[in-house]
Order: sequence, then structure tokens, then C-alpha cells
Amino acid sequence: MSHEKANSLESARARLAGTRGREFWRSLEELAGDPSFQEVLEREFPAGASEWGEGLDRRRFLQLAAASLAFAGLSACTRQPLESIVPYVRQPEEIVPGRPRLFATAMTLGGYASGLLVESHEGRPTKIEGNPEHPATQGATDVFAQALILGLYDPDRSQLVLEAGEISTWARFIARMSAALPALQANGGAGIRILTGTVTSPTLGEQIRALRTRFPKMGWVQYEPVSRDGARLGARLAFGVPVETRYDFAKADVVVSLDADFLVEGPASVRYARNFAANRRVRVGHERMIRLYAVESTPTATASLADHRLGVPPSEVPFLVWALAAEIGVTGVELPKALPEERARFIREAAADLQRNSGHGIVIPGDYAPAEVHVLAHAINERLGNVGTTVLRTDPVEVEPVDQVASLSTLVDDMRAGRVDLLAIVGENPVFDAPADLEFKEALLKVPLRLHLALEEDETSQYCHWHLPEAHPLEAWSDARAYDGTVTVMQPLIEPLYGGRSAHEFLSVFLDDPPRRGLEILREHWRLMAGREDFETLWRQSLHDGFVVGSVFGPRKFALRKPAAAEAVSAIRAAARDATAAAATAGGAPTDRFEIVFRPDPTIHDGRFANNGWLQELPKPLSKMTWDNAAYLAPAAARRLGVASGDLVAIEAGGRAIEAPAWILPGHPDGAVTVHFGYGRTACGRVGKGTGFDAYPLRSSAAMWSHPGGTIFKIPGRRDLACTQEHFAMEGRDLVRVGTIARFQKDPEFARKMEEAPGRDLNLYPGFNYEGHAWGVSIDLSVCTGCNACVVACVAENNIPVVGKDQVRRGREMHWLRVDRYYEGDSESPDAHMQPVMCMQCEQAPCEVVCPVGATSHSSEGLNDMVYNRCVGTRYCSNNCPYKVRRFNFLQYSDEKTPVLKLGRNPDVTVRSRGVMEKCTYCVQRINAARIAAEKEDRPIRDGEIKTACQQACPTQAIVFGDINDAQSRVARLKAEPANYGLMEHLNTRPRTTYLAKLRNPNPDLEPEKT
Amino acid sequence: MAQIFHRSTNTISRVSIYAAVFIAAGLAWVLMALDRSPYTTRQGIVLGQPVPFSHEHHVSGLGIDCRYCHTSVETSWFAGMPPTATCMNCHKLIWKDSDMLEPVRASLREGRPIVWTRVHDLPDFVYFDHSIHVAKGIGCASCHGRVDEMPLMRQSAPLQMEWCLDCHRHPERRVRPRDQVFDLAWQPVDQATLGARLVREYGIRSARDLTSCSTCHR
Repeated sequence: MSHEKANSLESARARLAGTRGREFWRSLEELAGDPSFQEVLEREFPAGASEWGEGLDRRRFLQLAAASLAFAGLSACTRQPLESIVPYVRQPEEIVPGRPRLFATAMTLGGYASGLLVESHEGRPTKIEGNPEHPATQGATDVFAQALILGLYDPDRSQLVLEAGEISTWARFIARMSAALPALQANGGAGIRILTGTVTSPTLGEQIRALRTRFPKMGWVQYEPVSRDGARLGARLAFGVPVETRYDFAKADVVVSLDADFLVEGPASVRYARNFAANRRVRVGHERMIRLYAVESTPTATASLADHRLGVPPSEVPFLVWALAAEIGVTGVELPKALPEERARFIREAAADLQRNSGHGIVIPGDYAPAEVHVLAHAINERLGNVGTTVLRTDPVEVEPVDQVASLSTLVDDMRAGRVDLLAIVGENPVFDAPADLEFKEALLKVPLRLHLALEEDETSQYCHWHLPEAHPLEAWSDARAYDGTVTVMQPLIEPLYGGRSAHEFLSVFLDDPPRRGLEILREHWRLMAGREDFETLWRQSLHDGFVVGSVFGPRKFALRKPAAAEAVSAIRAAARDATAAAATAGGAPTDRFEIVFRPDPTIHDGRFANNGWLQELPKPLSKMTWDNAAYLAPAAARRLGVASGDLVAIEAGGRAIEAPAWILPGHPDGAVTVHFGYGRTACGRVGKGTGFDAYPLRSSAAMWSHPGGTIFKIPGRRDLACTQEHFAMEGRDLVRVGTIARFQKDPEFARKMEEAPGRDLNLYPGFNYEGHAWGVSIDLSVCTGCNACVVACVAENNIPVVGKDQVRRGREMHWLRVDRYYEGDSESPDAHMQPVMCMQCEQAPCEVVCPVGATSHSSEGLNDMVYNRCVGTRYCSNNCPYKVRRFNFLQYSDEKTPVLKLGRNPDVTVRSRGVMEKCTYCVQRINAARIAAEKEDRPIRDGEIKTACQQACPTQAIVFGDINDAQSRVARLKAEPANYGLMEHLNTRPRTTYLAKLRNPNPDLEPEKT
Repeated sequence: MAQIFHRSTNTISRVSIYAAVFIAAGLAWVLMALDRSPYTTRQGIVLGQPVPFSHEHHVSGLGIDCRYCHTSVETSWFAGMPPTATCMNCHKLIWKDSDMLEPVRASLREGRPIVWTRVHDLPDFVYFDHSIHVAKGIGCASCHGRVDEMPLMRQSAPLQMEWCLDCHRHPERRVRPRDQVFDLAWQPVDQATLGARLVREYGIRSARDLTSCSTCHR
């Protein structure tokens, strides 16, 4: 950071310090009034987007110009090539050619299922939606489910059975195994170890039980880098038995989040977000809001909806929970000493609020919080009487809950001691993601026979004798339980593209002779499980629904151990003492000492989605970075270290060090640094290779989610990061409008009054009359978490290409829908606000009047139609668009060459080529499909019949599409709400997309209403 | 100094300056004509097919309904091409040893589909839907011509945008009663009255709606 810049940032900070101003800013550069931001504002595309990147001399330029002119002319003269029609030989009964069909299936992440509906065009899955009847998704999805389609067609997926790196076959593998097994069976299978991820699948559980019968002494190890060990251990400490906790936000009035990103991350996040939002949106006549207090060690998207947010380093979180327990009056817990007044007050008020709403509160600990936090949260919820209403306890959903780190450590010890003869790794990548101190790879190499079933040839495959391609979740039969225990069926949408087999089929190699196929395995287990005569009915019904009706775990009573809370407090005290002692003995200047927070990456998770271009190019919810991870630092910490965003830093912990680019993240707690896992893959496909840095080397089995004593210092060098936070920045008054519920009650139209909209008769042109439908969208900012599901849904629905890091850096990303993130207030602890922005479909669109070829024109229903085949790429339209929502294909971004990628495209939307402008069309293909269906039945289109892709994916139902000419439609009623406002209405564009101002519900005792 | 140019050059240059306008116009006309010619549109051109299937024989000779083979024409954007099994419903009994039908038998025997050459081929950026046209009373013959009189299939209309728009601007000129959609020989008595009535009755949208770009392009 230059000295001047630092100074202006300083003064901006001083200006904002301590105020919750009406000042909104997108980036620190904007906050500081940096000239570079002004430049961004004034440009249509960021600097360099329109320039030819590589060195190009005049001669070459003229050659290309001449050639392109000639080819442009010629291309218009070509005749259409002949095409063929290939009918079926025998057409399957249910298929109507050209009509997509929907199948209920599921995906698992961290072992837990979320129910999906997959759209299939003549056997090619193309789009994923949530299963509306499934309890975990209720029709919405997260980003991972949306991107699953691209993973299915990934041409870099493992396609070959490899034996010691040589091409082999499944038959050969099976023959080798049946030859090797008798010897291993001799001692009861004592040398066999199976390593899987978290297993909730009843069928896989049954197979493992059968394996244990055949090999009584074998070992089963479950390990995933992102697992809920804290929650599992916490439950065991609190109740003595494994217990699953789930929450009902629909019944809650006050929520205290303890380092939990519950609206965006985790197996139940989609459902939680739905219920939370239902309780948070305010309408005239319904003016109640759930209140959220968030304590967190790293900024989360969930906290962008928090009414009160407290960022502290991870070691402080347990103390705050301890204090909360004491304030609530949990028996055996005294107030901790020496809590700074600001934090003590936060906890005091939160506790008072919880007590006022006892029975209607939730204290939710994060999945990555230590066990003590979970124990205290259990005690607090118990004490408040929340258990049974908002907090539900059930039997564990997992087949066999284990401490996964301990489980893996035992395996490593066994391998090192030579007690393991055969290790079968099912779907995991421990060489890449096991805690570094275990030195998994070295131990692995001591095992005589190593098998690896995985979707891609990864870091672990390289060190295994056999690598076997795994079937993708959309290619295989399986089952799994959702967060609430619901048994969910996974059915294949397509035959394995690359000869992969599922985990069931892999384990069958060791169980059955000959090995059985997935469907047979699944059906047999289900037949046993059902134990009913009418098994076929149950099977067919569950396959159709996607889950087994009534298989949800009912809440049960579990007795909280009396001393659990007191034990947790002493554990917290002991941990703090150890940390202090460790800090005293460690060297280095105290200013370099940082706690390290580890998190899975918000888009590529633990690294398993590293080769997914949609997820790589998805801007991270808060930093808006793509294609990279970084060490997130507080602005104050960065100042102290003298680093700017992009400068390289070395982070050291426990004797291991990594290099990472720093990133200044407003709101990050000082004294801590956050690094995300998943990047730095060395063996993966073309997309993921060489992106980001690997943070796993810092992780140790004793410090899985945070390290109390790391050091960080600046080193020479920079890494260019592709961050979209300033791309397509708009300039205008009050783009995002925020108010408290108290202000709303006093003046419901406060948001509308912030800007004067010109009268409807102010127009040079004759007015446009919308007689039939008039499509519009309303976006409720009060419930937008910025989770990005809408963005990936849009990418999947509209064949939006991936452009790559270099192109993103030039501001050429193609996303039709972006989620703008604004900050409000002081840079050390600002409030974050999310605002999805897509084409506004202006009624008086500035883009339409400037197109020289009529490629963008007004439809009779008010859409700004975009005709790709007419577009000649003048880009006048995007020049004239105040919302900066038009995207230009500067290069040929859509991959038209890789055959397998063609299968996954939406056949209802044109694949655009180079030189063409594109933008959001409100999913006009869905509008047309619904209209045709309605007209064939001679009825009007029903309200809610058309859902745009973004709307359908949105977990919080923040986006509503519909006909504004129909006064009874949901969208028309939302637009009639007093909090409704349009972006930059002073320009008289009359946007069809409008927003409902973001409302907050702060505790008046913590934040008195300003007048 | 000798004349470089012959005297006639003056005349030639004068005439050519004057003619340039006509030459340019002529060239433009040629290009336009070429663009609308069967060379570009393939209108009326018979394309090679693996089996010389005769619509004339099957439709007017045998009286088979369009929908016996094109099953999804009322339900999907795609009219549907008959699977080999449909052909073999009859041809396992009649003409079962014909050489001409060997590709059909081979297809069923080997489970390999017959690869037909597409006769009516709209550009990929056009999203045409058969089912809605049928539902709104546009007859097969309106676009496909008298298929029942074609021994070998050919494209009877130019299928260019101006041809599409002609009907989207004036649907009343082409619309027919729904029960006559599949009658290839149907002729209106008084199209002006009938058309206006059917447009109302079938709720056919206004020309402004039907000519919005996104009706066909997206």
C-alpha cells in the first residue's frame, strides 16, 4: 500500500469511526476515495477489458483486421450445413422427444443428503433444482448442487482403471482382489482398512457391517477434511451418547450464532435459510423480525444478515460462550473474568434477549467450533427451555459417528507400524487433505496394497497401486440420510460416462462373487429394511418422491449430564492457559503473532470441486475473489504488517509454513488470519491446477479449525488476484437502502423517499402499452445472504461460459447476475449488505435505442430482448447501460470443441459465440415454455408457474418473478410494499426489477435508534 | 505528346460512371436473389435419404395419419421421428423381403438407428415449437406443403424469417379449424371471415406479441 493511500484510508477511517453511518462502500479503495475507483465507475468495462491483451504490432493488427473483415463477409454467405435426424430404434415408452423429464435424486456433501430434482433431456441431465418435497432443500439449492452438472461432464474426470499407473480393467482388478483376499481373510482381515468419508447411507452402512462379518478384525476409518468433529464430541461430552441437534428457525425469535455460518454452509443450511428468511421478511401487517446476534472469528455471509455482529479471534469465542452461559444462569458456570466491556455488553444484551424469548430462541454453535462451545450451547438451550420447540435432538444421522481425526490418527499409526496390509480409500483424498502432522503420505507408502476409488486422479491416486474411477453421484444408485434423518434415494440419470463404479459396487468386490451392481445392492438392502410385503410399492414411491416418506428422525429427550457445563468451562480455561504458556516460550515479535482460522473454501469446499470452472469463477461471498484463495486480514492488522492486498506473506504454525497472498477483508477480527482450504491442488484437472495456495500444511490434528499461535510476516513478491468487487460498479444515489424496523414502522416509505423518481409522463417517446403480461422481479434485500446459489443457477440455466482467471482480471466475466456487496460503517467492523443485480428490463431502456442493428429490442411484455444472431458487437448498448449488466464475449469463451461438454448445455438457450453481447432475459425460455403449456390448455399462466433460475435456486426466496399487470400476483403485491424501490430511478429507466429495502432489527439496548 | 488514351475512353468512362449505380444495384439484386434462391434455402430440393420413403404412398395411398409416425407433434416442440420399431409394425409383414427396406431391418436387427437427413432445418438460434402451432390451428400443409403428393420429401416453403413473419403478422390468413390441421387437402371457403373468427376463438396473440424477438429467439 502506498503511503498516500494509507493516509487517505486513515482519514476515511477517522471519518467513519464509531458511527453506523449512512455511508456505503464497496471496497477500501472506494472508501479512501482512491482515484482508481473513480476510473472504474466511469468505465463501461474495467480498464483493459476492451484492449487486446497480448503484444500486437501494427502489421499483425492489419492482417487480422483484413482477415476478419473477409471472413465476416464470407460467413454470411455460407449455406446451412446438412443436419441429420436420428430417431430411436425402439423409443422408450415415457419419453416424449423434446420434452425434458425430471427425476428425484440427491447429492451428498460431508455425507449428508440434499434432495434434488434433475432435468433430463433425452437422457442427458442438464439442470439441477432442489426437490420441493425434500426436507433439506424444499426446492432450493446451494452452489454445490447447482454446479454438480458441470462436474458430471468434466472431461478431466478419471476415465481409466490404473494399476501402478498402467491402464487396466475392472475385470482384472476383481480377479486380483479375489486372489488376494483369502490370504487377508486368514487372520480375520486384521490387515484390512477401509477409509471412507462420513457415511449416512444405510446401504453402505449395511455393506460395511457385512464386511465386518466376513473380516471381523478389519478397520473402518471415516475421515473428511470438513467434518463436524466438534459437534460430535460436544454431544458426547454433554449427553454421554451421540446426539444430532437440529434447529427450527421457523419458531425462533432470537438467534445467537456462535461462529456458525448456518445460512450458507452445512447440510441443513438451505432449509435453515428458508425458515430463517420466512421469519425475517417484513410486510405491511406483518412487522415482526427474527433477531440475529453473530459472534464470529471470521466474517461470514450469514453475519451479513446479523443485527449485531461481534468479530473476535477464535480463542476468544469459547470465553464469550462461557460468559453467555453464565449470564443465562447455566448451573455451575461463573462469569469469566476480564472480558472487555464492549464484548461483555454484547453478551449481556444477547443473554437478556434470549431470556425474554425463552422457548423461542436458538443458540447455534458452528460446526467448526470446539467441543466445549457445543457443550455450553447445549446447556444454554436446555436452560432457556428452547429444547423441544426450536432446538430438536435426535439420534445420530450418521451410521457410526466417530471422532474422525482420532480415527485417522489410529489408521496412520497402524500403517506406520506395518499393521495394514490393504488400504481401500473410497472417494477421499487424504494425501492432499489429511492434517499435516500425521504425515499421511509417508505412512501410506508402508502399506503393501493400496486401492483408491475416486472421481479424479488426484494426489492420493499417485501413491496407490490401483486407481479406480468412481461413478459420479448422478451416475450411480445409492442412498443417504438428510440432516433430519430422512432416507433419501439417489438414482442415476445417465450410465457412467467413463466406466466409473459407485462405492457400493466397489465394496461389493470384497463381499460378493461375482460383484453385484448398485441397483441390486440397494434393492436388496431396502427389501430387508422394509420387511414388508409391499416392498415394490415402497420402492417405487420412494424413487418417485426422492425420499422415504416418514423416515425423518423424531425428536427425543436426552438427559444433559449435570457436570458437563462446568467441565467445558474448565477445559476452556485449561486451553487458554496452554496457549499462554506456548506463546511465552515461542519466539518472534508479538506483533507478528496471529491466530489462524481454517475454513473450507466457500466455492470449492475442501478441494473436491477444484476442477469445477463454475465454482472457481464464482466470486466468494464476501471478498468477491475468484480463482484463488488468500490470507484474509483485518485492515488494522494489514497496516501493522505493512501489507496491501495481493502482497505475499508467509504464515507459519507448528513448524510448518506456507506462502500466501494477503487480502484485506473489512470486518475481519484483528489478531487473526483466515485461510481457506481446497486450493493449491497439484494433481487435478486442467481447471484447478495452479490455482491458489494449499493451506492444509498448516493444519494439525490438534488444531483442525484454528491455530492459537501462528506467525505471519511480509515477504517479497505479489500475486495478482482476480477480484470482481469493483467490476461493473454503478454510480448513483443510494443503490442499497437499509433501515431498521423501527424506522420502517415510523416511516414505511423511507426507502422510496431517498430518491425522487420522475413522473411517468416524462417521456420523449410515445408510451409503451403493456396489455398482456408485464414481467417483473422483486428482490428482498432483507433476506439475501449473498450465498451465490442464484449466480450458479443462472450460469447453468443460460449456458454462461467460464472465462478463466486472466479474463476475470480484465473484467470480462460473463455472469449475467452478480451479487454486489456493500459495506456500511467503519472498515474494522462494518455491516455487509448483499444486492443481487441482473438486467433490470427497463421499460425505457437506454440500451435499446442505441443498437444500430436492432439486436436488442423491446418485447410486448416489457423484456429487453436480446437477439444474439443479430448482434454485431458494437457494444453501444453496454456503454449506455447504467446498471452495467450487459456482458460481451470478447473472445470465444464457450467451449464448442469438447464433445462431452455439449451434453450438459441447456438445449433451450443459444450458446453464444465471440463478438456477441448477452445479458439476463428473465429466463425467457422458461416464460415461453410456460406460455405454450398454458395456451395449449386454454388457460392463463398461473402466478408462480414461471420461476426464473435464480428464483428457483434461492434458499431464502428473496427473488420473486411474476406478472406485475396482475394485481394479485406475488410480485405485484411485493412491488406495492412501501419498502419497494428501484435502482437509479432518477434516470427514468423504469426498471422492472425492484428491491425491497433491507431491514434490520437491532436490539434498542445495544443500538439506540438515531433520530 | 501522343495521346495515352484512345478517344473512346471518354465515352467508356462516362458510361461506366453512370452504369456504376446500376451495376451496384444489379449486384445487390443478384445477392438478394441468391439468398432467397433454392440454392440457399433448399426449397424444393430432394435430399438423399437412406431409405426412399414416400409420403405420397403412405399418406394418400394408405391413409395413415401424420401422428402415427410424428407422435409428439401435439405435445412437444419436436414433431417426433418414428423409431425403427414403428416402421416394422407393418413391414415385418408387408414388403418384408424388399431390398429397399434392408436398412430398416438392419436397424432393428443391430439396434442401430437410421440416420435421416433433415429436410426442414431451421437455424439453431430459432426455437420453433410444433405443438403450439398445431394447437392454434396451423395446418401441417401450411409449412410442409402437400406432403401427400410428394413421392420423395422436399421442403416446400423457403423457411426464412420473412416467411415466418408473414404469418406471425397475419395469422388470420393461415389459421384453420383445429380439426382440419392434419387434413393436408383442406381448403378454406371464406378465409377472411373464418380467420378472423378463429384468431379470436383460439386466443391467438396480437401481431405485436408474435413478432417480439423473444417469441422465437433466445
